[in-house]
Amino acid sequence: MVCESWKAKLDTYLDGELPEQEMRSFDDHVRACPACSSDALSRVQMKRAIQAAGKRFVPSADFRRRLEQSLTPQPQRSFRLGWMLAAAAGVILVVGTLASTYVASRSGKDQASRDHVFSEIADLHVATLASSSPVDVISTDRHTVKPWFQGKIPFAFNLPELQNSEFSLLGGRMTYLDQTPGAHLIYDVRKHHISVFVFEERALSLKLPARLDEPSSKPLPFNMETWSQGGLRYFVIGDASASDIARLAKLFQAEP
Amino acid sequence: MPLFERLFNFACWLTHDRQAAEDLVQETYVKALKGFPSFQPNTNFRAWIYKILRNTFLTSRTGLKATATVPLDLEGEAEILLTVEETPESILLERSDGQLVQQALEQLPVAYREVLLLCEVEEMSYQEISATLAIPMGTVMSRLSRARKALRSGLRPQFQKG
Repeated sequence: MVCESWKAKLDTYLDGELPEQEMRSFDDHVRACPACSSDALSRVQMKRAIQAAGKRFVPSADFRRRLEQSLTPQPQRSFRLGWMLAAAAGVILVVGTLASTYVASRSGKDQASRDHVFSEIADLHVATLASSSPVDVISTDRHTVKPWFQGKIPFAFNLPELQNSEFSLLGGRMTYLDQTPGAHLIYDVRKHHISVFVFEERALSLKLPARLDEPSSKPLPFNMETWSQGGLRYFVIGDASASDIARLAKLFQAEP
Repeated sequence: MPLFERLFNFACWLTHDRQAAEDLVQETYVKALKGFPSFQPNTNFRAWIYKILRNTFLTSRTGLKATATVPLDLEGEAEILLTVEETPESILLERSDGQLVQQALEQLPVAYREVLLLCEVEEMSYQEISATLAIPMGTVMSRLSRARKALRSGLRPQFQKG
């Protein structure tokens, strides 16, 4: 019973946080009292166990390297951002120019094959949403969905941060187009589902324009955007408004 | 990069996800570098950078989710935990491989997990913990006490199973 007041401070004593004089009195008491010394031993073991268990995660060498590179002093952020935006604008301009030249040179046969691809994409979108389990990885967290595709598709891609947007990620699944594996992501905006498909551009035998600048000759019942970026072909399709589709596309296009 | 490995370990415990932890650590260093001129030289650097990491976590998507289900401040709730009998786990702790303790730590609400990790793994003083978590010293002590009890009660069924 006498020990209750000691026991109340036992953790503070073992954490070394009592005033010096009290620490010394505690030392004496613990040595003399079997109940308190046994309790102290148990708590010390618990502290050690937490310490050992808590040192669990080790960063990869790759992450260390990437972080060191990113923290190397560089020009002002605003300047860098401006430069990146300018570069991105330049790329878009060049791609756009090339695309329009390219599109202008396409024959009617190519137009037919493009329409075929767009129909296929619309079919994939509808067939998936009709399924009772449209996604295989169910998560609103891009850090869960992205790693799920590792080892399932032969490329990697980035998913945009959606925190300040009206879109939410529902999940993802694998898909195939033109006998090529790809990623199928489903987003939600005001109860509309939007599909984002990502494929490796070179794996698709069908040649598509870098951007979709002209409407398909056979109008789709959906709004769609497609573009090529970093060797990947993206399709964004859904029954949401054209501006919603464009906004989601822009979020993807802003990813490095 | 000071405290790199320790910050990463702590970030993993907070986020439960390596990729999210990498993002968190990176953002922490970026913010620390940006805010370094505002760091007061005679104050505790470790508490300062851990505080940045924790605040960044709390405003992240994962952090908001973690604290949405369990309140960060558990002090208001009286004894939500069972009173735990002392000692028998000490022998079992000796025999366990640490995995059980890791599992029990993972199950703790983030407010308990972080205070235990800062105290036992980072070996911070109560004052440093108080500065990191921006809570009074008395709250550090009561939260630590509750966290330890919660961990023990989390371990008991595991031991009984084993």
